Amino acid sequence: MNKFPMWKYLLVLFALTLGVVYSLPNIYAPDPAIQISGASLTYAPDGAIQSKVTSTLDELGIAHFGEELSDTSLLVRLENQDDQMRARREIEAALGDNYVVAVNLAPTTPAWLQSMGARPMNLGLDLAGGVHFLLEVDTQKVVRDSIDSLESQLKKALRENNLRGVTVRAGADAMRISAKTDDLRDEVSRLIRRDMPELEMRRSEEGGSYVINATLTEQFLKEKEDYAVNQNLTTLRNRVNEIGVAEPLVQRQGRNRIVVQLPGIQEASDAKKILGKTANLEFRLEAERESLVSMRERFDFRSELDQRRFGGAELERSVLVYGRNVVNARATFDQQTSQPQVSITLDSEGATRMNHGTRDNIGRRMGVLFIEYKPVTRIIKGENGEDVEKVEQVAEKKIISLATIQAALGKNFVITGLDSPAEASELALLLRSGALAAPMTYVEERTIGPSLGAENIALGVKSVQLGLALVLLFMLVYYKVFGIAANIALAVNLMLLVAIMSMIGATLTLPGIAGIVLTVGMAVDANVLIFSRIREELKNGVPNQSAIKAGFDRAVVTITDANLTTLIVAVILYAIGSGPVKGFAVTLAVGILTSMFTAILGTRALINLIYGGRTVKKLWI
Amino acid sequence: MHMSDQKIIGFMKQRYIAAALSVVLIAVSVFSLATKGLSLGLDFTGGALVELQYEETADLNEIRGQIEELGHPGASVIYFGSDRDVQIRFQTDDPQRGDTVAKAIEAGSTQDTEVQRISYVGPQIGDELANDGGLGLLFALGVVMLYVAMRFQFKFSVGAVAALIHDVIIVLGVFSFFQLDFDLTVLAAVLAVIGYSLNDTIVVADRIRENFRMIRSDDARELIDISLTQTFERTLITSLTTLLVLLALFFVGGEMIHNFATALIIGIVIGTYSSIYVAANVLLLMHISREDLLPPVVEKEGEELDELP
Repeated sequence: MNKFPMWKYLLVLFALTLGVVYSLPNIYAPDPAIQISGASLTYAPDGAIQSKVTSTLDELGIAHFGEELSDTSLLVRLENQDDQMRARREIEAALGDNYVVAVNLAPTTPAWLQSMGARPMNLGLDLAGGVHFLLEVDTQKVVRDSIDSLESQLKKALRENNLRGVTVRAGADAMRISAKTDDLRDEVSRLIRRDMPELEMRRSEEGGSYVINATLTEQFLKEKEDYAVNQNLTTLRNRVNEIGVAEPLVQRQGRNRIVVQLPGIQEASDAKKILGKTANLEFRLEAERESLVSMRERFDFRSELDQRRFGGAELERSVLVYGRNVVNARATFDQQTSQPQVSITLDSEGATRMNHGTRDNIGRRMGVLFIEYKPVTRIIKGENGEDVEKVEQVAEKKIISLATIQAALGKNFVITGLDSPAEASELALLLRSGALAAPMTYVEERTIGPSLGAENIALGVKSVQLGLALVLLFMLVYYKVFGIAANIALAVNLMLLVAIMSMIGATLTLPGIAGIVLTVGMAVDANVLIFSRIREELKNGVPNQSAIKAGFDRAVVTITDANLTTLIVAVILYAIGSGPVKGFAVTLAVGILTSMFTAILGTRALINLIYGGRTVKKLWI
Repeated sequence: MHMSDQKIIGFMKQRYIAAALSVVLIAVSVFSLATKGLSLGLDFTGGALVELQYEETADLNEIRGQIEELGHPGASVIYFGSDRDVQIRFQTDDPQRGDTVAKAIEAGSTQDTEVQRISYVGPQIGDELANDGGLGLLFALGVVMLYVAMRFQFKFSVGAVAALIHDVIIVLGVFSFFQLDFDLTVLAAVLAVIGYSLNDTIVVADRIRENFRMIRSDDARELIDISLTQTFERTLITSLTTLLVLLALFFVGGEMIHNFATALIIGIVIGTYSSIYVAANVLLLMHISREDLLPPVVEKEGEELDELP
């Protein structure tokens, strides 16, 4: 009695091995490091930068090793954590504005573990230090814009269809259309139903006029919102990648929010400068020679090469299409000539405007302006004569493309005549990433200093150790041999918990550590249930082996019931919680699952190995 | 099942005293919540928080003076963990304000300081969190009630939920009475208390169900006493081990986790008590009987019912 079939032992062994392998990377302490990346694609760090960085560090007497140069960034490991901030400052000063320097923790996972996909847990901001932003996308602006554009579309349609005696007034989120007669209103409503499916209509009669209240449909609103949030998300990702931090997080949260987390960044204002670098695009026709001076504007080219070649160009003042109309832009190749090109897709509003603007202007050139708003910090005199820092947004407009219009353009068109595939992809990136679809505001902002993070880790580790030691001691004294089995199971449980958290790429936060500690305390519950059942059976005079069997079998039902309900709570916590609460919920949920596994199967396997299949005189329980 | 010769503890003898105690605790908690309310943390109130570490003991009055000059007379300035760590909290709608204040205080201080933490939470976030948190609590209670009703029986789910509400109100009451800071981590702790207390209640309920089916007796009170006695050892030990690790968190876990540990410690003590006295009491009050717990007889043809173990 009380012997497991081989496969159950093997299963336990298998889980154990997985646990060891995937929790192992966490015990290799990461190296403090400095990461250098280019401020834009043109400035990727190379060998020259590497030697400049190393010589800077050598001069300062900062011990460093293991430089790694990748396509986009350079990583330099430091011997000493205390040198990190100084090294960052000095390298930043040495390299100038074209490079972004961030502090970082470089994992030291051995190659054989990496080859199995094992990696350490990500540390949350409260442990690693860094900045956290929560941005809210102003979707009301999107709604307003949609209403405005529908208003002009409708007015135009009314004119074209010769419908007189209709007034259209656009509000913040609805349009009011009043017609003189009922018939007229019917016509307008037919028109809207045919051409503007995004509008919902409600009729009413007010003071002798026949009114339609048109609002945007829920589905259309949601689409617009989704589009705006996703577009902003992409733009933010591109900008965050420019900062070059190790594990940036840019994620949508809820309906209209975006979380940005940048570990290793110390100055929230620096990060905000990069995130706030709002850029936009304008498609404008090249000014004709004979046009009025007041109608044209001179711009420089963005690429230095073009600027040297052509020395700028004059464009018309009126804008054909804006960046927000660009749905997509991809670097592709011309199928016949294999020349690099950029394929652009516009939204319907953009397509119409582009078509109207280009069909009578074939043969002329069209320029694309890239507008970057750069925050510039200026020192001005305050009220009392003191110096006050003031951040201002300054627009910088440069031409990224000037191409001849060869046909009337519409929804899809291409820009050709590019020198290289690299130029094509850079242009596509600029066209795509330039625009924010809607403005954003900061609704939450947190900066956690690096020393607080380190302190939190130290405290967390200490409380896990102390808590674990207390529980181990107690179990050993109270349950003797069975206590040893439970303690081994508990240690394995902790290891499995860490392994799974590392495997699923969960982020460890301070509340997460608290969750681990709590799991340690609660995980023994399953074993306590089993053991007290066995004790009970023994007291009732049941023979030793049967008591073990009955104890395990009966307790399993209770354990499942109790743990399932707790799991429900953990899932709810995860669903409603944000940030820290989510971290806690994940640990709690994973802890419940691993503790059920180790307590039911793991402890059983051990007890079976110790007592199973033989006559036992006395159970040490 | 053999009848054990174990001495049965007469838990239910004291049930009126226990009920009175629970009523008093809840009344005090509700009163405190109604009059004093919770001392909500930054997560809920919105505003800015700055934490600075000074080289030596920081002079709070001096910092208060600095803050007042910066135009935040209502700011709270307190020690956080030690007398070198200072936490400043004030209301603002400007995400940049925390940064500015931190820089100004650092510049104006005679000591070397290091910024540990700057947080800004917009007003809309706070309201939302409070709503979501409350909603989450209610939702958790609802789901639990449903689950227990399905898995056990309706009367058990009333008992379990009564115990949970009892625990949550008392934990909140203690936080209100002593005006401890109630932030997001404490909310997580309260929800964890629900999980823990439920765990306890289910274990007891499981045994009650088993005994009602196994032991031929119509004395509900005796059966409940037997069940509570049989699970008492386990209840105590699990609470003890959990308390051990929580004490570790409480004493060495650091300031940011302190209130989290406090909430859980209170919750676990109350939860242990409620799994014995509240849940079981409600069962007696609702006249739980053998019939309630027998596996349901299949009446309609083809209708499948949960086979209860």
